[in-house]
Amino acid sequence: MSSPTDTRIAEIVNANDVVLFMKGTPLFPQCGFSSKAVAILEHLGVEYATVDVLQDMEIRQGIKAFSDWPTIPQLYVKGEFVGGSDIMMEMFQDGELQQMMTESGVTTA
Amino acid sequence: MAMPAAEIEGLIRAALPDAQVEITDLAGDGDHYAARVVSAAFVGLPRVKQHKLVYEALGGRMGGELHALQLTTAVPN
Repeated sequence: MSSPTDTRIAEIVNANDVVLFMKGTPLFPQCGFSSKAVAILEHLGVEYATVDVLQDMEIRQGIKAFSDWPTIPQLYVKGEFVGGSDIMMEMFQDGELQQMMTESGVTTA
Repeated sequence: MAMPAAEIEGLIRAALPDAQVEITDLAGDGDHYAARVVSAAFVGLPRVKQHKLVYEALGGRMGGELHALQLTTAVPN
């Protein structure tokens, strides 16, 4: 059984090729980890959407259960959970994140 | 809320007995850590699953009591 919050989250991750659930906004991140995640996406030059979980308590709690992942930020590409900022950084350094974006046909900004 | 590094290390070792755990207190405040965990349990697992094993070892403290843990996982050479 999925909750209404799960349904909302599923709609968000399916409606956006690349979406980052974060604290704050790309211009004003409210946490160092979210800031790092934004910097990586900016560096990759892909189009991405963000959801500020600080503005939405349901999503803030719901996304942790939805992804089975305890922390924020969280990156989704083409509806698939990729990881948090540490995994993004490791994948970025190994060139895997660029490769994933290219292979999934993500639009560059 | 702070959590001593030894406690983090102990929890990880309890779940992953073979693990080599290196903890760095990034800010010196007992609240912002980096951990590098090397364990044979990670072999063949994607990164997300490797990190989940560590988060499970921390038993729900991650994201709550433990705010900032920069995590790196690896398999033994």
